[in-house]
Amino acid sequence: MAALNQGDRIPELRVTPDKYLPHRYAGASGDFNPIHIDEQFARQVGLPRNILHGLWTMAQVARAQTEAAGGDPRALRRLAVQFRGMGVPEEEIVVSGTVRERDGDRVVVATEAHQDGSGIVRNAEAELVLG
Amino acid sequence: MGVSTAVVGKEYPATSYEVGLEKIREYANAVGQAEPVHHDRGAARAAGFRDVVAPPMFAVVYSAPALGPAILDPEVGIDFAAMVHGGQEFVWGEPVCAGDEITTRARVREIYQRDDKGFYVFESVSTNQHGDEVVRGTWTNIVRGV
Repeated sequence: MAALNQGDRIPELRVTPDKYLPHRYAGASGDFNPIHIDEQFARQVGLPRNILHGLWTMAQVARAQTEAAGGDPRALRRLAVQFRGMGVPEEEIVVSGTVRERDGDRVVVATEAHQDGSGIVRNAEAELVLG
Repeated sequence: MGVSTAVVGKEYPATSYEVGLEKIREYANAVGQAEPVHHDRGAARAAGFRDVVAPPMFAVVYSAPALGPAILDPEVGIDFAAMVHGGQEFVWGEPVCAGDEITTRARVREIYQRDDKGFYVFESVSTNQHGDEVVRGTWTNIVRGV
């Protein structure tokens, strides 16, 4: 488990979604919006290509928190995010975060996800309770 | 033009979702959660769970169906072509495990306008078969050009 005192950075999570990840996430989540799984459709509506599901990216932010807390899913009590910009497959995503406050076992982390230098999840805040 | 706040507080019919073990595994694989508690019954029980436990963000799988009728409600009046998912919050309670029966209720929490953007905020509350709250979601959809 990371130290997680005020001002500490959580371990960075780096993940590169492969070309077919949005299809697998569509099946797993039930969100088959064609902007995520149909490259041609996405271009027709003005997107650069098919884009990642925002909630998949949020799940990466969540995973970075539970991994920092030692892998126990019960540690994550709250996660609030704002979606900005669009994530795309086949480019690395980096989730980072800094402990904003610590009070006993309760930790608040300011966190975000970047891809190619721009934020795709911004102003996110996670609350963890360490076991 | 502009947004109408007449439907703030409106509630929608509850949905129910029975959590399957293979669905948890499928979801965990799609989001990269390799921890054994999300895949293996023995590991989950050894860690104190009733059965294989869902990753926290599995909340979208069982709670999103309750949101559909709210977002599609003509009285809410969202223009889908101009809508983006602007923000999301989850507050977790009891863990969700394979075999759980989850009930989710959704309502319109808030509608407001900032410049030419409409903010449509929905709340979902999910409980398990024992009546324990498992997650509370706040879903913010932003519509441009209202």
